Amino acid sequence: MRKWKWVNRLAAAGMAGILALSLAGCSGGALSEVSGESQGQTAAENAGTSGTETSGSAEEGDTIKVGILHSLSGTMAISETSVRDAEILAIEEINAAGGVLGKQIEYVVEDGASDNATFTEKATKLLESDQVATVFGCWTSASRKAVIPVFESHNGLLWYPVQYEGMESSKNVMYIGAAPNQQIVPAVEYLAENYGPKIFLVGSDYVFPRTANSIIKAQAEAMGYEIVGEEYTPMGHTDYTTIINKIQAAQPNFVFNTLNGDSNVAFFKQLSDAGLTADDVMTCSVSIAEEEIAGIGASYLEGHLVSWNYYQTTDTPENEKFVAAYKAKYGEDRVTDDPIEAGYDAVYLWAAAVEKAGTTDVDAVREAAAGISFAAPEGTITIDGDNQHVYKTVRIGEINGDGLIDEIWATDEPVKPDPYLSGYDWAAGLSGQES
Amino acid sequence: MEKKKWRPDVTIVLALVIFLFLATTPFYLSMFRVSLLGKYMCYAIVALGLDMIWGYTGILSLGHGVYFGLGAYCMAMYLKLEASGSSLPDFMTWSGVSELPLFWKPFGNPVFAMVMVIGVPVILAVIIGYLTFLNRIRGVYFSILSQAMAMILSVLLIGSQEYTGGSNGLTNFTTIFGKSLSSPSTKLALYYATLIALILIFCVCRFLISRRIGKIFIAIRDSENRVRFTGYNTAVYKVFVYGLSAAIAGIAGALYVSQVGIITPADVNITPSVEMIIWVAIGGKGTLAGPMLGALLVNGLKTAASENFPELWSYFLGFVFIFVILFMPGGLVSLRELPGRIARKFSSKKAEEDELNDAFIADR
Repeated sequence: MRKWKWVNRLAAAGMAGILALSLAGCSGGALSEVSGESQGQTAAENAGTSGTETSGSAEEGDTIKVGILHSLSGTMAISETSVRDAEILAIEEINAAGGVLGKQIEYVVEDGASDNATFTEKATKLLESDQVATVFGCWTSASRKAVIPVFESHNGLLWYPVQYEGMESSKNVMYIGAAPNQQIVPAVEYLAENYGPKIFLVGSDYVFPRTANSIIKAQAEAMGYEIVGEEYTPMGHTDYTTIINKIQAAQPNFVFNTLNGDSNVAFFKQLSDAGLTADDVMTCSVSIAEEEIAGIGASYLEGHLVSWNYYQTTDTPENEKFVAAYKAKYGEDRVTDDPIEAGYDAVYLWAAAVEKAGTTDVDAVREAAAGISFAAPEGTITIDGDNQHVYKTVRIGEINGDGLIDEIWATDEPVKPDPYLSGYDWAAGLSGQES
Repeated sequence: MEKKKWRPDVTIVLALVIFLFLATTPFYLSMFRVSLLGKYMCYAIVALGLDMIWGYTGILSLGHGVYFGLGAYCMAMYLKLEASGSSLPDFMTWSGVSELPLFWKPFGNPVFAMVMVIGVPVILAVIIGYLTFLNRIRGVYFSILSQAMAMILSVLLIGSQEYTGGSNGLTNFTTIFGKSLSSPSTKLALYYATLIALILIFCVCRFLISRRIGKIFIAIRDSENRVRFTGYNTAVYKVFVYGLSAAIAGIAGALYVSQVGIITPADVNITPSVEMIIWVAIGGKGTLAGPMLGALLVNGLKTAASENFPELWSYFLGFVFIFVILFMPGGLVSLRELPGRIARKFSSKKAEEDELNDAFIADR
């Protein structure tokens, strides 16, 4: 009995404490945001005036604050840290040249930890606590899908540097990587014309390969190609002997490979252990760039094809400068590749849009970004105002013995982005959008 | 009884302090921090359920992400349907589904979804529990089985992209019960709903432990055979407590997805399931308040460390785990034993050295 009396007394004291705090503490905190809401303030104004840790808006003082949100730990770290490096390089170059709107760019780095919920948490932190003007970040589609609601509810702007499966166009995202019509569709067409129409699909089991393959299947049906096999393996799977046997039995003209990460190491090593070179089984990959080749080993990949918009060997004066600057800053042994270059471009495109808009306000920047061009390492790229993707040149490349990629075919000019594939009749059932 | 001097129960005091702290944070922390705490509270709820089966009954489940995930997915299906309105959820369209699958349809009803949040995890837990505990599968074999389940569910969710959203999971929700999820008042309401759930579940667990049934749980943990020989059907008790912890995890999952706005197969897999065990171990199992504290502190530390040292935070966290395991095997609740333990560690080392020295001298 005494025990409960004591507990009651403590609870009473606690309630008194809560009351006292509620009377005294109305000046700040989440509760004031609620009362602010009822007074009809916007969330952004409100976040600037309440809370103990908000540090003023992005444009305050002599600096403009931007966020960098990539996985620095976990399975995606190996790919994403390089993109972060390229983004920092671009920011430092712009700062050295006088900054944006006469102000220096200050960056806040956050670790998404290869975990989607962490990406949401960190995106919220960047937009709410740090009040950044814009965010460069994400790699996987899952992480992008995870942060989009955050960017939409805070009206933030995300610059996404990686090729992806399309079927998306958020007004709060700038897609600097390739849409499917700038990578997958032309690659399949090129290979089918040059190697034959029998295609074998191999992919890791997640959204990008599955969606990419459903695009390829629709394309194959319309163009008269034949899909002779379709196999998925869990992320991190390393035993490909069964699939290699199936490939040999199906006798495809080429394998379209959307495996990701470690699986590629196992797949290509076992392919070469089985005595199969690119002459026996031609593959075309869309997730293997220079960075991944270094991890897999060039000897296993020599002669195989890839499809991207940029290679380290791409022959433009801007690229020469970019590769030299990247290596000078991060080491001679580092390579550049498509997503790294896209991350670098994203910063420059944002800076150009801010200069044009004369402010870092997201709506103004978005409006100014439409039609903006940048002489990128991959050639001139232009933002398409309709869908916030980028006009890009499509390049098919062959992996050489040094671990670099030689371009063997390219479109004559940058291709208009078409994330919903609305320019292709056969893709009508895929997008679910009346274009 | 009356004469016996009564000392305050440390864990009750700790729990009250935690609840008071959580109830007052919206007065002085920004909405962003409050929402983060809301997320940690969901983890604390899971930790309570895990403490019931591991701390008190001795069943180590390394796959509780399954029940957390099932609860979260049931809620997410409702939220997704509400966000999509009359059209199909976006991922179904690009996966080539033209009509809403039959099992999705009832989830448009929030009441049905909320019943399923508890129902689905409990039904699965009872089936799994019945099959394993009745066949006297226990200890490490049960742990391995539970881990395999986490793996299976995650592969299943990824593989059936057209019904589950695949590896992207379910996200992009707009409203809950017609209220905007991004408005501060909804967030605050969800925060307090989570706090109330945490307090209620804590009370239920505490009540059960203080009753006869709680004594049987502890007896099962300490010597299951003896309990069986005394005439109890231990399997029934184990199925009950396992189902209870699954229900608790399911509720936590539903609250989690409403606040965080995303659930993916990665949150169901082995890694998060093992992390749940870490919270309980760090906090101190078999104390209820300890695991709650563990979940809140470990996740708070994770956020703080990763914000301040985005490159090195995982090492930092690792060191903390090692420290706690070395010096506080009873978890954070055994904090007051810490000085003595450290002192003993060093003195025993010194004693050992002296012994060695003596031996060395004797040899010569």
